[in-house]
Amino acid sequence: MTVENSARTLLRVSGLRKTYRTGKAEVVAVDGLSFSLRAGGALGIVGESGSGKTTTARMLIGLERPDAGQILVQGEPLAPTVRGRAARLARAKAVQIVFQDPYLSLDARITIGATIDGALRLHGLADPAARAARMRELLAQVGLGEREAAALPRKLSGGQRQRAAIARALAVEPAVLVLDEAVSALDVSVQAQVLNLLSDIRRDTGIGLVFVSHDLAVVRYVCDEALVLFRGRTMEHRPVAELLSDPGHPYTQLLLASVPRPDWDPDSISGRRRELDPLAAGGAG
Amino acid sequence: MALLEYENLSIALPGMARPVLDGIDLTVSAGEIVALVGESGSGKSVTARSALGLFPTGADIDGHVRVDGTEVVGAGPAALRSIRTGTASMIFQDPRAGINPVRRIGDFLTESLRVNNGWDKGRANARAAELLAAVGLPAPERHLRQYPYELSGGMLQRVMIAGALTTGPRLLLCDEPTTALDVSTQAEIMAILGRLQRERDLGMLLITHDIELAAAVCDRIYVMYAGRIVETAPTAQLFETPRHPYTAGLLGSSPPLQAPDGPPARLTPIPGSPMGLLDSAPGCSFAARCRLARPGVCDRTAPRLERHDEALVACHLAEESLTSIDNIATREGS
Repeated sequence: MTVENSARTLLRVSGLRKTYRTGKAEVVAVDGLSFSLRAGGALGIVGESGSGKTTTARMLIGLERPDAGQILVQGEPLAPTVRGRAARLARAKAVQIVFQDPYLSLDARITIGATIDGALRLHGLADPAARAARMRELLAQVGLGEREAAALPRKLSGGQRQRAAIARALAVEPAVLVLDEAVSALDVSVQAQVLNLLSDIRRDTGIGLVFVSHDLAVVRYVCDEALVLFRGRTMEHRPVAELLSDPGHPYTQLLLASVPRPDWDPDSISGRRRELDPLAAGGAG
Repeated sequence: MALLEYENLSIALPGMARPVLDGIDLTVSAGEIVALVGESGSGKSVTARSALGLFPTGADIDGHVRVDGTEVVGAGPAALRSIRTGTASMIFQDPRAGINPVRRIGDFLTESLRVNNGWDKGRANARAAELLAAVGLPAPERHLRQYPYELSGGMLQRVMIAGALTTGPRLLLCDEPTTALDVSTQAEIMAILGRLQRERDLGMLLITHDIELAAAVCDRIYVMYAGRIVETAPTAQLFETPRHPYTAGLLGSSPPLQAPDGPPARLTPIPGSPMGLLDSAPGCSFAARCRLARPGVCDRTAPRLERHDEALVACHLAEESLTSIDNIATREGS
């Protein structure tokens, strides 16, 4: 890979595989997953439960160790194990994540301001005044102010908490931001605010987004490409507008047909699902 | 006569700044699917639960709820039992929360038949198996012997639907029945509910946060905000000409799936967040988030539901808001 090439490609994933063992049975969670993400790009990973989308997100941030395959962030392999402070910080700087439930990434006992301050300090911003200024800037970027900075996570609304979790992730200035169903639990009016925020962040920072979601409409809004996972395997990986206007794989077609709309025909879904997956006949949903 | 009828129902909890429900008027007739749409804290679940007499503890209740003509507010245990075991059934969001994990599916489905109807085991089991088949489960006899953990979320939700049907209700209250499920499973569950509703001529109240889902399956939609109904209209009309700025805001907040070519236009979110129980407003509860709110009008008195064409709208500016809503959409979309 040339230097120029690695600068443009933030994330390159190849041949990723992960299996879980329960007793004697082996479940393939993700298999043969490959994709790349350029600076400023946004890739949607779409699937239902058991598709492997969350396992993928967890491998990208190093919470799960792949059985095979490679993850390169800005040309550097994401080390399978992390020892020592420097390596931990380097990994944090490579990829950050925002979960569906912001309580998972915010410390319930300290204020939002203190959480962000801590992330900035860990990542080498020693001067308290500079940290305070940067903290205000980050909060302003996600539409929060002094009042929210002084609040504990539980004192904020769900949308505000999710913004705070995004600000915390951005404080580290990661190359890639993974969002795992990050807007799914929000009320629609609030979800729209966070979606607009994500498109601002894309425009302003050049950060790469990996957007994991079950919601095709939301993926269409945030991403330029999407990858459809079914039982750990990639069914389709195309520009998102094309994927939605002309879905090639029967599973993508099923997902699209499942989205409620005025001329909706839910009765047709069961049959199509059985054709796709005889094992799930009767709806192992 | 309506199967389910709310008349000016208000529920207040001590220590809260605003009522949980504030003057709810709503009807569901036999054979009709009606949606109640709202965000978290709007009071939609409290409304649904009220139909079974499940009021919040310590609440101050005013107004009427009638199920098939029987008054629920102030009803005694016998009247409530008769509604819950005969006329109306409820399906909840999380199937696992509503079933005993250490008892078999068959025990769950036959309990009410044996206790309330006095049926023997064989007869109750036969009815349970029949219902499992009706909700499209592949092996009813085997499922009766299974435990809840052996079934997926989608299958278990079908068991809950079968459970709701054991007593032969005429009214089905569905509180976010598919929110915890995958999209394709949601479609299957809605197909089953729709089929049963048609076959049995049930009245159905669908509680959901998803206005697109409501539009896809319902005849009429009620939109709820901060404990009040702010708009109700036949589905097509609500979508084509939303009169309340909140309804228009909800529609503008959902990203379109089949948008015209090119990147989708920027979304028009509703500013701020839904009103909690500790906030109150002297006038319209939506005024603080409303782009059209007019000082001196909207913050003075609470608007009442008034008729505009086929819709009922609670907005001081309902007459003018149609054009204003269009203007906002054009301005922000360009």
